[in-house]
Amino acid sequence: MDLNDTPEQAQFREQVRGWLEAHRAEAPPRGGESDDEAYIAARREWQRKLAEAGLAGVTWPTELGGQGLGPIENVIVGQEIGRAGVPGILDVIGVGMLGPTIIAHGSDEQKARYLGPMLHGDEVWCQMFSEPGAGSDLAAVSTRAVQRDDGTWVLNGQKVWTTNAQFSAYGLVLARTDPDQQKHRGMTMFVIPMDAEGVTVRGLRQISGEAEFNEVFFDDVVLPADAVVGPVNGGWGTALTTLMFERLTIGLGSEAFGYRADRYAGPIAADPAAAQDSEVRHRLGEIGTELAAVRWQSYRTLSLLGQGQIPGPEAGLAKVTTVNAAIAAGELIADIVGPDALDAENEWAYMISFLPGLKSAGGTEEILRNMIGERVLGLAPEPRLDKGIPFSELRAKEKEAVA
Amino acid sequence: MNLALSDEQEFLREAARGALSRFKTVEAAREGLEGGERPDLWPTAVDAGWPGLLVDEEHGGAGLSVFDAMLVAEETGRFLAGVPLISHLQATSVLNGSGHEALAAAAAGEQRAAFVPARPPGDRETSWTIDPASGLERAPLPVAAVDGDAVTIDGVAHWVLDAPGADLFVVPAQTADGTFVVAAIPAASVSVETVLRYDATRSLGHVTLAGARGTVVHAGPEAVERAWYVGQSLLAAESVGTVDTILEMALTYAKERFTFGRTIGSYQAIKHGLVEILRLRENARSLLYWAGYAAGDVPDEFAMAASCARTAGSKALDFAAQRNIATHGGIGATWEHDAPLYFRRAQLSRRLLGGAADAADRVAGELIAGAAGAAA
Repeated sequence: MDLNDTPEQAQFREQVRGWLEAHRAEAPPRGGESDDEAYIAARREWQRKLAEAGLAGVTWPTELGGQGLGPIENVIVGQEIGRAGVPGILDVIGVGMLGPTIIAHGSDEQKARYLGPMLHGDEVWCQMFSEPGAGSDLAAVSTRAVQRDDGTWVLNGQKVWTTNAQFSAYGLVLARTDPDQQKHRGMTMFVIPMDAEGVTVRGLRQISGEAEFNEVFFDDVVLPADAVVGPVNGGWGTALTTLMFERLTIGLGSEAFGYRADRYAGPIAADPAAAQDSEVRHRLGEIGTELAAVRWQSYRTLSLLGQGQIPGPEAGLAKVTTVNAAIAAGELIADIVGPDALDAENEWAYMISFLPGLKSAGGTEEILRNMIGERVLGLAPEPRLDKGIPFSELRAKEKEAVA
Repeated sequence: MNLALSDEQEFLREAARGALSRFKTVEAAREGLEGGERPDLWPTAVDAGWPGLLVDEEHGGAGLSVFDAMLVAEETGRFLAGVPLISHLQATSVLNGSGHEALAAAAAGEQRAAFVPARPPGDRETSWTIDPASGLERAPLPVAAVDGDAVTIDGVAHWVLDAPGADLFVVPAQTADGTFVVAAIPAASVSVETVLRYDATRSLGHVTLAGARGTVVHAGPEAVERAWYVGQSLLAAESVGTVDTILEMALTYAKERFTFGRTIGSYQAIKHGLVEILRLRENARSLLYWAGYAAGDVPDEFAMAASCARTAGSKALDFAAQRNIATHGGIGATWEHDAPLYFRRAQLSRRLLGGAADAADRVAGELIAGAAGAAA
């Protein structure tokens, strides 16, 4: 068992650390408001510097502006950025998930046009897959794109849970292009400029009262023929690529959420009665155990990556464990602190309000358990009523059933 | 970052799996409950070199790590094998640095040792204690009278793992003036009441030391503390091995049993429970790495790491054993079925060596101490 870097990794880490030490004074603070334009501008500028130093797009191919390195080097960069106390890149969704999708499925023109500005933070990207009627069942998207005789497309519909949409230049949008095909076919992925006529972005307020996500509405948005990424009516395959990168980002990033047991022990240690209370201690012990397990689970994942293996869907369980343990920690602390813990000014209130939503982010716990049960444990899927039926008929049946 | 097992570790694990697979251990677990003979697996352990796992090579041992010993424990857990190893490994880890004359014979397995598990002081219970016969109040250490290298011990220790048939007892004790002493007491001077409880694969004894005479082991409280956490780590590893078997059993059934025209594993109610077993097992397995790593490289973290591993291992085993029975339905709760044998293992395991809840309390104690230290 060796927790140390290989000599090559150590050298790379040294180089990254050296750059960060030399430039950390130029970095904006780690936290800021997403509606603060000056802060977002500073974060873009910082992303540009990171990109120029080779600390963004670490795993992207070199001919596309990346470093051509492996996932371990990417993790090392993340660790060193965390250690330096500076923010990472602003556009995690673009560089981590959408860029790799364009690299895998995009045309040469698309790669040449979009990847550079994305990497350097000049153009931030957002991901528009989920809809009010398509969450766990993502392939049920009903945002519609219709091709006109001149080859251009007209887009109508609504997306939801769109992070960064308020300051994005572009987005990838999954839309239905042939409703007469069955559900998983007949979808197409498009690049959409967020300033196009007919695009409306509206903040989506959550439990805390803050708007961290957006809703995006499309009203007769016209897209050129070359906005299509991957094959027409083959958008599901394109989307799966994005989702795979999303899972990898979330699975490896669970510890980076900052939900750490030592933080939760603080308010308990500060209250002598709580610190001696058996029930409090039992709850804290269980939470501490789960979060420690996530840390060592991530070491196991890194070890696999180092041997050239790609972790399977079960890596997503780290997120389930993290979120549920953090929810339990919020409950415990609020039980000790009392109603003040729920006051908007209190340091715990935000976490308590944020976590119920995070539980479903990147796929609900239930969907994840289905996927792992089927792909890892080899259990049969539930019978499905949507197989082999054209999407248009399916929708008609659903409406009939509810009526 | 490389957590892959070395070739030697793979070999150790495969050899253990091969050796234990030759016995009908699960049948023995059931027959043992009905008064049947349980196979003596000590000769197998001796042939494999397990008694000396934690003893330095210069004293006749294999000089391997706690993590290596945990790999073997995982295999004994996988087979529900009643190998009297945990207590012996705890005892030899105390004897190892002491220069005690019994060490070589214990390392070779000629003498089987048992350890009276003493729980180290914590932030709430600030003295050394041992498990009580019953109830939540913990019992004091046995009392020692020391005369040079000779020692006389008085006291009773309950629920001592692998005590029946042990040749030598390693006993943490305290003199009248509160000095911490470790004694090595030959079996002839000890009275052991064999106790068979819920899980027949688990050899347990109540040990009475009435003027029991032996010799001083030159080991301090830190060696005994380490042995306590070695025990927590081994029990955790054993649990993870058992969960492996349980999950396999539950999955096999979930894939071949049909209700309402489809396999029960296709229902989310069953599927999600089985994924939860996987989640809990992987969490526990991850913490086995921490415990093993801390035991070897970061002794300051060993108490925390081993307590986390024990907490997670116990939770995984409890959940898996119960979920397995529920997955099988009524048949899973019958005497003829194997599922109850794993449930019995889980039920008894969680109550040994201080109990699983005590390990979780230790995790909390460590976190609270850390936070208080950071605030100071």
